[in-house]
Amino acid sequence: MYDPVIKVRDLVVGFDGTQVLKGLSLDVQRGEILGFVGGSGAGKSVLMRTIIGLIPKRSGTIEVFGVQMDKASEEERHAVERRWGVLFQHGALFSSLTVRQNMQFLMREHLDISQELMDEIAVAKLEMVGLGASDAEKFPSELSGGMTKRVALARALSLDPEIVFLDEPTSGLDPISAAEFDALIRTLQQTLGLTVFMVTHDPQSLHTVCDRIAALSDGVVVAEGDLGTMMLSEHPWVKSYFRGKRASGGYKPLVSENLGA
Amino acid sequence: MTAAPVLESSVNGDRLELFAKGPWTAHHAAELEELVNQQISGTASASAVSIDMSGVNAFDTFGAWLLERLMRGFRKAGSNAGIVGLNDNYTGLLHEMSDVNQSDYTPPVTRWTLATPFDRLGRNAEDLVLGIGPFVNMLGAVGTALGRVALRPATFRFTSMVQQFDRVCWQAIPIVLLITFLIGCIIAQQGFFHFRRFGADTYVVDMVGILVMREIGVLIVSIMVAGRSGSSYTAELGAMKMREEVDALRTMGFDPVEVLILPRLLALIVAVPVLTFLGSMAALAGGAIVAVSYGGMSPEIFIERLRDAISITSFKVGLIKAPFMALAIGLVACTEGLRVKGSAESLGLKTTDSVVKAIFMVIVMDGLFAIFFASIGM
Repeated sequence: MYDPVIKVRDLVVGFDGTQVLKGLSLDVQRGEILGFVGGSGAGKSVLMRTIIGLIPKRSGTIEVFGVQMDKASEEERHAVERRWGVLFQHGALFSSLTVRQNMQFLMREHLDISQELMDEIAVAKLEMVGLGASDAEKFPSELSGGMTKRVALARALSLDPEIVFLDEPTSGLDPISAAEFDALIRTLQQTLGLTVFMVTHDPQSLHTVCDRIAALSDGVVVAEGDLGTMMLSEHPWVKSYFRGKRASGGYKPLVSENLGA
Repeated sequence: MTAAPVLESSVNGDRLELFAKGPWTAHHAAELEELVNQQISGTASASAVSIDMSGVNAFDTFGAWLLERLMRGFRKAGSNAGIVGLNDNYTGLLHEMSDVNQSDYTPPVTRWTLATPFDRLGRNAEDLVLGIGPFVNMLGAVGTALGRVALRPATFRFTSMVQQFDRVCWQAIPIVLLITFLIGCIIAQQGFFHFRRFGADTYVVDMVGILVMREIGVLIVSIMVAGRSGSSYTAELGAMKMREEVDALRTMGFDPVEVLILPRLLALIVAVPVLTFLGSMAALAGGAIVAVSYGGMSPEIFIERLRDAISITSFKVGLIKAPFMALAIGLVACTEGLRVKGSAESLGLKTTDSVVKAIFMVIVMDGLFAIFFASIGM
């Protein structure tokens, strides 16, 4: 079934004299985990931030849930915004609120529910991302890097969104935490039926959790498909990314697993 | 899609049957919670409960948690509860919920009572007394850093000091001149307005001269510097502290006091006397302009009176105070800056603290200086 929830067409985004995205087109389908890769500074985060409306575009169209974001009225846009959650690269937790208050920020704004239920849901979501009630009263400055990412993910999920945008969710985590985080995203995606748009650098993440991968180079998507398609791509950047020296982190374990079995 | 969630019940012997319908989602959480709580509180000891979820057309964490809460409510009441007809897609989510919220967790609540303001007052007073420690500490650290630099002058960060001087002195000149000028005007105008009634017009010049030279000049400049440069020192050092830049310096073998604070403090100690001098001149000019235009005094007479009224002593009294004011402002600003913790709120709090404490210190010191100068006859 072809059911794109995000549809980007001929998107051009630039700053001052430079063009970062040059006519980029991309679809994200309902219920998939899309991994978005590209070199540092290629514009991965720029695309994500343009889709969620933080950066203005020069031309092209962005459709989310069938709503054209720049033609939509403010109300329609807010309705769409309620259906997505965003995990920023550095967490972007509100530093003056506790973890629990961070979690309840959106609930308080959008839902008319009792404090008791909000507390229960907040703790439930924290436990779903592998934290606990004992962390609820901490302030963001008291959290480690991994915990910050988990709380940020829990906050992004606080209203049960249909799409989550993850900006480098595993960067800055040790390989074990990163693997746990990947597994967590996979589990949540399956239980909640999420669509995940994941900007990443991590070959391991691409390998283990992504259903589909899109590669960005020179401002356009140069290759799109599963890992197998990526391995076969002849585009020089994609080739060096997936078949270069560093790619072994994502590829070799597959081989050794097979040997072991 | 059904507009609202439903939870119908029917009693069948000692068996309670519940039928859930409609969307069980975050959007309807408020209604759902009410339905669920009604069922829990209204359970008339049914030995078995079955919840038919087949009519539910949307389900998320909120719905799953409320269903779990319902189940736990029944179990606690001693009934045997079971779920039937839940869509396969949703079972994983419900399963996830069965493990959560098992610990008894009640978020701490802070209530406002009559004692709260007194409690706060007491704590603030305690902070005020204990708060002197860090400043004394900083003064000592600056002293040692100064000593070290004096032994090896090559290590002094002269460029940094010049850059800071440019910011706190050179760039502050226009605003300081404008404000002191206006204050001079206002004092003179008020003087003429009130002194004229008993024919003491000429003494306005004495008042403006002495007041500006001894007190107002340095006080206004110090307060402005505390608000303008002190706050920026605190915010700057606080942000560096938050982003671990201060820690980075320390691990590289630099002393943050020597690298960051000493140049700032010395720049301020040079800047405040300069600004005080310029500010005093601007205030006198303001007074002169008002005397001529509003008081009808000729410029020659104003100058003549001023020469009689103020001596080099008044000038010295004002200027001697300036570097000490600068030291106090700088110490408070830098100490507060380094006390910033991780949050944005703490940065704001410390910046406010820095300005309030610096102005307080400036005024207290001015009072002490007044006593000191009076006793040595200056």
